[in-house]
Amino acid sequence: MSTPAVEAPVKHRAIRQYFRRWEHPFVGYAFLSPWLIGFFALTLGPMIMSVYYAFTDYSLLEKANWVGSSNFSRILFNDSTFKKSLQVTLLFVAFSVPLKLMFALAVAMLLNKELRGMSLYRLFIYFPSLIGASLAVAVLWQRIWSRDGFINEILGMLGIQGLNWVNEPRTALGTLVILVVWQFGSSMVIFLAGLKQIPRDYYEASSVDGAGKVRQFFMITLPLLSPIILFNLVLQTINSFQMFTQAFIITEGGPMQSTYMYTLYLYDRAFGRLQMGYASALAWIMLVVIAAATALIFLSSKFWVFYENEGRKAK
Amino acid sequence: MTARRRRHIGSHLLLIAFSALMLYPVVWWIGASLKTTAELGSPSLFPAVPQWSNFTEGWFAIPKFSFTHFYLNTFKLILGVLLTTLVSTSLVAYAFARLDFPLRNFWFAIVLVTLMLPSQVTLVPQYVLFHTFGWVNTYWPFYMPHALAGGIGGSFFIYLLVQFIRGIPRELDESAKMDGCTQFGIYWRIVLPLTKPALVTVFIYCFLWNWDDFFGQMIYINSVDKYTVQLALRMFIDTQSASAWGQLLAMSLVSIVPAVVVFLSAQRYFVEGIATTGIKG
Repeated sequence: MSTPAVEAPVKHRAIRQYFRRWEHPFVGYAFLSPWLIGFFALTLGPMIMSVYYAFTDYSLLEKANWVGSSNFSRILFNDSTFKKSLQVTLLFVAFSVPLKLMFALAVAMLLNKELRGMSLYRLFIYFPSLIGASLAVAVLWQRIWSRDGFINEILGMLGIQGLNWVNEPRTALGTLVILVVWQFGSSMVIFLAGLKQIPRDYYEASSVDGAGKVRQFFMITLPLLSPIILFNLVLQTINSFQMFTQAFIITEGGPMQSTYMYTLYLYDRAFGRLQMGYASALAWIMLVVIAAATALIFLSSKFWVFYENEGRKAK
Repeated sequence: MTARRRRHIGSHLLLIAFSALMLYPVVWWIGASLKTTAELGSPSLFPAVPQWSNFTEGWFAIPKFSFTHFYLNTFKLILGVLLTTLVSTSLVAYAFARLDFPLRNFWFAIVLVTLMLPSQVTLVPQYVLFHTFGWVNTYWPFYMPHALAGGIGGSFFIYLLVQFIRGIPRELDESAKMDGCTQFGIYWRIVLPLTKPALVTVFIYCFLWNWDDFFGQMIYINSVDKYTVQLALRMFIDTQSASAWGQLLAMSLVSIVPAVVVFLSAQRYFVEGIATTGIKG
């Protein structure tokens, strides 16, 4: 009868040791638990619910009724606002992302020099990006581009008759594009870090061989930077699709829905009309569009992204 | 030597001109916040007589509550979000960077996927969830996701901290382990102090993004006494219309000051944190 009494402490010690074991999975999961709970409760769970809502007429105030795929068929075939907002968003992404990246790269190259006061220049140029997403800047922007804003003052000095830019269907979206291009800072910082990793010898060796600046840019800088261009391109594309505050404040989607972003439409369906089912369906379509755009970028990257350890394509 | 110096002068001129172009709208903003509405259309940057009253009157322009109230609200929200984010994301990042457990790489891949997941997909069910909890018109919809290493930028912060912690030499952990330190002790006493530059980066981003998060604040907060600065500005736009542009611009200008102060005071760490993380990947 004495055997279990002896065994019990041993077993206990074994358990204690088991849990004290350095790399025990339990420890890992304990540290991971905040994220894990968050992932199931606030990401995966809601995603599953969102799929369900998309097939119902859920309205927050009343019970959800299953309506099959009618939300989707209505959106895709019978909703002109959906079409319009998708067009506006695609147009916005197609202009703002490439412009922003070109600017960011050009300025990063300008800043990639050993000059006195460089950190100050970097700060100045980064500044608009620091404040850019705020509602305050949207207020400023609305004012700058209004009929008696300073853009028109400057144009007036040059003898050009300005427009009421934010209230003109042809130009309203353009003002939003310029606003986000003005905030190229975060892409620029990433480009700058990439530029600093390109060995100087490459440039020196090629200039000994008689390569000019332009040739060096296309033969050295661009290929070696291409993975970072890809990274920035994907990041900015995903971000651009989700632009909300500026369009909501500056133009309120107008005039004539010329800046009616997809996110504005989604907001209106969900929180303006409380059509949670319809809004969920819209959200899933948005996800598919963003995923398709991202996939397209990744597929195309085979042709233009160069990885250094993958052979000598650049030479 | 002279040719080189001349090139330097050229670069400086170019950079000065470009900086001026970038900052011109901001300078105009400062000037405009001191103008009367009539002067806003005038070409001069600064008014002849600065209207400091734009600031004082703007501060009290919203009936019943002054901007002091809205700033205190916003700081209450941001402080909670910052604390929860720093604790939760650093714990999780430590697990990914240093600990070994089943499915680790799988979960990390999920983190990277959620990094790219547009928030719109979970927007409606999350709202419904918080609505059933009775959390609408409280700050819990902001605190809770951040406490669970989510919320605005959550996945990004985990990724950034993981990259940073991976760069800290493991020898330090090993020797602490020899001395009988627990895992939590290593996280708390060794890794966390060394992660300071990255934590400051997280702090700055978390502050900026939540400060600017107009959308989240708009859908979850609906009574004026709980309004944040962003929402107060929105209300200002809606109620004051054309007459008070000077005041509106003045209050908008003040609203970016905290973000600028936070950024400038921590900028040194910020650059360090950014330079050593993420970008290599």
